[in-house]
Amino acid sequence: MIERWQKWRYDRRAAWAAYIVLAVLLAAAPFLTGAALGHGWVRILDFTLLYIMLALGLNIVVGYAGLLDLGYIAFYAVGAYLYALLASPHFGLHLPFWALLPIGAGIAAIFGILLGAPTLRLRGDYLAIVTLGFGEIIRIFLNNLNAPVNITNGPQGINLIDPIAIGGFSFSEPRSFFGMTFPGIYIYYYLFLALALLIIFVSLRLQNSRIGRAWVAIREDEVAAEAMGINTRNIKLLAFAMGASFAGISGGLFAGFQGFISPESFHLFESIIVLCMIVLGGMGNIAGVILGAVLLTIFPEALRYIGVLQDYLFGRVVVDAADLRMLLFGLALVLIMIFRPAGLLPSVRRRQEFGSDASVLAQEQASLYDARR
Amino acid sequence: MTRGAEAKPAVNPEALLAVSGVSRYFGGLAALREVSLHIRAGEIYGLIGPNGAGKTTLFNVLTGLYRADDGSISLRGNVISGRKPNQVVGLGLARTFQNIRLFANMTAIENVMVGRHLRTRAGIVGAILRDRDTRAEETAIQQRARELLEYVGIMKQAYMPAKQLAYGDQRRLEIARALATDPVLLALDEPAAGMNPSETARLQDLLQKIRADGVTLLLIEHDVKLVMGLCDRIAVLDYGRKIAEGVPAEVKCDPRVIEAYLGGGST
Repeated sequence: MIERWQKWRYDRRAAWAAYIVLAVLLAAAPFLTGAALGHGWVRILDFTLLYIMLALGLNIVVGYAGLLDLGYIAFYAVGAYLYALLASPHFGLHLPFWALLPIGAGIAAIFGILLGAPTLRLRGDYLAIVTLGFGEIIRIFLNNLNAPVNITNGPQGINLIDPIAIGGFSFSEPRSFFGMTFPGIYIYYYLFLALALLIIFVSLRLQNSRIGRAWVAIREDEVAAEAMGINTRNIKLLAFAMGASFAGISGGLFAGFQGFISPESFHLFESIIVLCMIVLGGMGNIAGVILGAVLLTIFPEALRYIGVLQDYLFGRVVVDAADLRMLLFGLALVLIMIFRPAGLLPSVRRRQEFGSDASVLAQEQASLYDARR
Repeated sequence: MTRGAEAKPAVNPEALLAVSGVSRYFGGLAALREVSLHIRAGEIYGLIGPNGAGKTTLFNVLTGLYRADDGSISLRGNVISGRKPNQVVGLGLARTFQNIRLFANMTAIENVMVGRHLRTRAGIVGAILRDRDTRAEETAIQQRARELLEYVGIMKQAYMPAKQLAYGDQRRLEIARALATDPVLLALDEPAAGMNPSETARLQDLLQKIRADGVTLLLIEHDVKLVMGLCDRIAVLDYGRKIAEGVPAEVKCDPRVIEAYLGGGST
């Protein structure tokens, strides 16, 4: 089965055909979704792409370099607030999009280094706790930096953020094709798709590179990595910076897309969800991370229909949909972790980590059994 | 001695590695007490001693994992005491570990490729753009890694995860990974531990070959036969002190060494 799949995969024509089908599907996705499920789902599609970018950024920090970061959403917040402050009536600044995106990525990367530097000596649980704290600090700052000088406008958030526009082409305006009018969310989809593809490309390139190998080496054994001449401090900071820059980009897109942001959007829960995406999908494996992001964005939304379903089946809503939704969501996470502990699409390395430990254990038990006899 | 030489710290011209008066304390316990030794270029230098004598501590101090509380270490005239492990490797002192520390879930060849990290340059931008220089460098890394796997004799297992290699092959892989950093001095912490006699004999051949190719070797070893057959000179540590140094035949007969191994009062 696997051999056949690989044969098929290396068949050039088949591969091209698959790419073309995929490209057509991706290009048609918002229209198909919109026609079948309504505009609301196109918006969810846009968010899926944002979460893919976020998850791929965290994948560099957690999946490649093995640094458990629970405050990752802070960099998303930095990107979003930077965009909001530099392109809204709040300060009266209206920078163009082509400048905002690199600034967002760059400043988020600097924040990544600033927050990463004090944690360099920490590992595992300790690192997780400190990063969790940093994530909260950023959110609390955003919440309170409205006095004595009003920078972030506090809990009210920033409103009327400029929609994304490139050289006079606004993504937010509704447009008409073939006599039908489509709202901005359809156009945004293509911008997000392009940037998500760019981030996938960068992730792939980094994976098979000198730096990528150094990240994995640190994850595997930090002492040995250092003894082999890897400057662990710089390479770890590089991972924090790269991961944060992806988050900075998606944060900027989020701000422009929504037009309004407040500290509420950057809660700890968001960090956890993004972490769930990569753990569930398969840490360190790009396809797995994408799958995780898609499932965890779409699944909770799909569960909203439970209420409708109950109404249809029983003629009334028996259990409150919102309660049941989180329950089922949690149940799904638990089930996946029981049956696929390395994730849905694990990287080769992680599969080994989980798989052969079990086989080693079995071996040891077998030999113990022999010894007893 | 000329005036010019007086200005510099006295460096033994034939010493590749000079350790002078190195001490290391853990709390009140002196793991190393004023240990001094010189390793000449091209020799195989053995470090032996009973368990807990401070051999591995000395290794960790040499390679920068521990800081020396006192004394100084220099490699080819460069002071390496007080430097970080990655800087020490950069200056040409690579090591292996007593309890094998490979990157267990990476393949054998990837392990060796990580060893090339130090001698290559490609950064983030190179990785993303994959320009001609980066591609050439990556090819060179792979080429060198293959050569080294061939050199230590585990090319067949190149694409196996390191942790699935046989025990003796894991030790060889660690040596290949260390050699990938282009060391002038290779420090091996019990390379023959857990090997059977035939594996040990093949290891001995490999170490001879490495020495013949111009890498100086420092090794900690418990296998007395291996040490006596392989080393040009030996130092013996006991309770953190160097109690003897010399050619194997001399050291073997040294009464202090016999006492250290058999225990005081037994004669």
